[in-house]
Amino acid sequence: MQIKTVFAGFGGQGVLMMGYSFAQAAMFEGFHVTYLPSYGVEVRGGTANCTVAVSNEEIASPVASQPDYLVVMNNPSLLTFQTRIAPGGAFFLNSSIITGRPKRSDVDIWEVPTAEIAAELGNPRVQNVVMMGAYVKMTRMVSPESYLKSLKSILGSKKKAAMEINRKAFEAGFNHIE
Amino acid sequence: MSDKILIAGNWAIGEAAIRAGCRFYAGYPITPQNELTEYMAENMRRAQGGTFIQAESEIAAVNMVLGASSAGARAMTSSSSPGISLKQEGISALAADELPAVIVNMMRGGPGLGNILPSQGDYFQATRGGGHGDYRTLVLAPASVQELADLTMDAFDLADKYRNPVMILGDGMTGQMMEPVEFGKPRPRRYNEKYILKGAGDGKSKFVRALILDALRMEEHNWKLVRKYRVIEQNEVRFETYKTGNARLIIIAYGIAARIAKGAINRLRDSGMKVGLIRPITLWPFPAQIIRDTAERIDRFLVFEMSTGQMIDDVKLALEGRGHVSFYGRPGGVVPTPAELAKAIIQEYRRVLA
Amino acid sequence: MKKVFSRPRSLKSTPFHYCAGCGHSIIHRVICEVIDELGIRGITIGVPPAGCAVVAYNYFDVDMLEAPHGRGCAVATGIKRTLPDRVVFSYQGDGDLAAIGTAETFHAANRGENITVIFINNAVYGMTGGQMAPTTLLGQASTTSPPGRNAILDGHPIRMSEILSNLEGTAYIERVAVNSAQNILRAKKAVKKAFQCQIDGAGFNMIEVLSQCPTNWKMNAVDACRWVDEVMSKTFPIGVIKDTVKGRKDAD
Ligand SMILES: Cc1ncc(C[n+]2csc(CCOP(=O)(O)OP(=O)(O)O)c2C)c(N)n1
Ligand code: SF4
Ligand SMILES: [Mg+2]
Repeated sequence: MQIKTVFAGFGGQGVLMMGYSFAQAAMFEGFHVTYLPSYGVEVRGGTANCTVAVSNEEIASPVASQPDYLVVMNNPSLLTFQTRIAPGGAFFLNSSIITGRPKRSDVDIWEVPTAEIAAELGNPRVQNVVMMGAYVKMTRMVSPESYLKSLKSILGSKKKAAMEINRKAFEAGFNHIE
Repeated sequence: MSDKILIAGNWAIGEAAIRAGCRFYAGYPITPQNELTEYMAENMRRAQGGTFIQAESEIAAVNMVLGASSAGARAMTSSSSPGISLKQEGISALAADELPAVIVNMMRGGPGLGNILPSQGDYFQATRGGGHGDYRTLVLAPASVQELADLTMDAFDLADKYRNPVMILGDGMTGQMMEPVEFGKPRPRRYNEKYILKGAGDGKSKFVRALILDALRMEEHNWKLVRKYRVIEQNEVRFETYKTGNARLIIIAYGIAARIAKGAINRLRDSGMKVGLIRPITLWPFPAQIIRDTAERIDRFLVFEMSTGQMIDDVKLALEGRGHVSFYGRPGGVVPTPAELAKAIIQEYRRVLA
Repeated sequence: MKKVFSRPRSLKSTPFHYCAGCGHSIIHRVICEVIDELGIRGITIGVPPAGCAVVAYNYFDVDMLEAPHGRGCAVATGIKRTLPDRVVFSYQGDGDLAAIGTAETFHAANRGENITVIFINNAVYGMTGGQMAPTTLLGQASTTSPPGRNAILDGHPIRMSEILSNLEGTAYIERVAVNSAQNILRAKKAVKKAFQCQIDGAGFNMIEVLSQCPTNWKMNAVDACRWVDEVMSKTFPIGVIKDTVKGRKDAD
């Protein structure tokens, strides 16, 4: 098994953290992982993206020819990546701000209104973790426990309150999708 | 579970260096290796006796390393392509003075300012000495974050063992990429005190210099260095072979390009094409023998580099006219996907079958 | 009777290769006397430059590491930071310190590196054959300013000591000359104070030495000494330029 996911969005949407938190969770579960961020000028002001590869064998290339999954947080990133996703793959789409829909019938599309869900929780900044809830549930590569453990290690032990709201965000995203 | 941590290449170098006993680091900001300088700023001064200096230029940084190394510290500096050009003066001096040091180059697109994207355009500079004069630096080319960590530790030992600068030649991508790493155990330092300048005490004073005005003595120093380089060529060659057993076509690639090549090879193997990889881990000394030996069985080679073609010269030198060598390159910061490379390989493979 | 010309312990017996009347040989001896008097030969590490003093390690009987041209202050920084309890000095010419190595010098001074710099200002590139240095005087002829240095075309002589004295990191800077017995005595006092300054951990200190180069000035030794007084010191006045350690006990 080898699965590659691209996480993409605006610089401030926390897409690198999404990829990193997932990659670390997969490492906790004993998988081989690589996390490859876009860097430099690409990141300033514009879009950011990262590619995470998860495999039970050594990962040949951290660069993805045809990612299996696209977690996409804004319109420009959808345009950039929609044709590159492998047939049979899946899109996780931030339906709060993405107006277009991919013109493909060979992929699954999961829509997550991250802004609305986060607003209900009273914290617009946890949209990315809402999305991760849906992603972790549908891709089934890592358990919710591993993901939350990864999240906790990123937030650090001091920030109890932050962990609490992030846990809620994760659960809301997880439960949003059947 | 193991003690693996998910960490970026640039940080892994810094952490491995500190664990290996590096106690002097000087650097100057340049993308894409700033994370390493910042890691050292954060952690070097915490290490006992550790010094971090943000130097005023790459020239100053490497010359500080020269001083620190002569005074007995395990010392390192890092930069990316344009900064490495400036460091050549000091690298040449280190080689002439026979002083150990580790120099990290996380290559970016060039020539000139170029860009900040991953590239392999500094192969010639790294493997031919880079600065002026008759000298060589050992060049290690890691392809994963784990290997960055391991080779960084090895680099300090090799530098001491041969009293020579050792270069770690990565690229923007290996520095930024994160992978799980488990840090190895550092070996105790073995470096003869007699080479360290620390004041003469009551004894005879020593000096270390590169200026040798007398032609015959300079020549003798040159040959002495060459004898050392021959020993390095004998003992330190490292490479990896991947699925070469029944291969009909061999890809030769190093660093991140070799990872992409592996991805391409896996795809092609799935559709029955017999393609393998030789990955030089030391670029100098270059693993010429394994390439020559492989040519006894297989006569098609494809060199893949993220440059316009530099290592291919060493491959041709190694083959001494045997076999047939072709080239696929993407310079300038373009990182091809395994699928793209696979297409180029298929074209070549068709010729093998023809 | 006092032996006046005995060789300092820190000075090797190798005869100097410097031209007759050259300031380098005088200041070498002065430094060695100071090292002896302070009893620091065993803990001193020197950094000679590219320049006429490139083989200074043949004369100084202390540990030495040659620096690439201009990099003395960076090399000395590396040594001193690694061995903070040693006495580290960098010996540099004016081309070395004030042209190719300006950045290294300026920033070592600004960081307040606790090192001693002996700055030999002879207003020319001696070793390479008398080219214009950053310190060459206006109107002074050199092989690369044959009609004399022209401010409009060649810029002005740089007063490094004054410039560095403006940096917070510098503790003590003095300009001296070695063209007369009296000046040599003053120079020795200054050099001693500089080393003491380092031993006391005061920070960056530098002694600029107006140093005769009869060969490239195309003068005999006597005229060269007179020229330092009558011409050179008008642009480069001798004396203390900065002293933050005045209050401390005198080096004598
Ligand atoms: C990179 C480099 N450029 C040029 C030289 C040639 N070079 C050697 S010494 C020197 C200048 C010496 O002048 P100065 O520093 O004033 O010392 P002096 O000989 O006058 O004492 C030069 C240009 C060199 N060694 N290295
Ligand atoms: S050229 Fe000038 S500085 Fe050099 S040794 Fe001769 S007199 Fe001294
Ligand atoms: Mg001079």
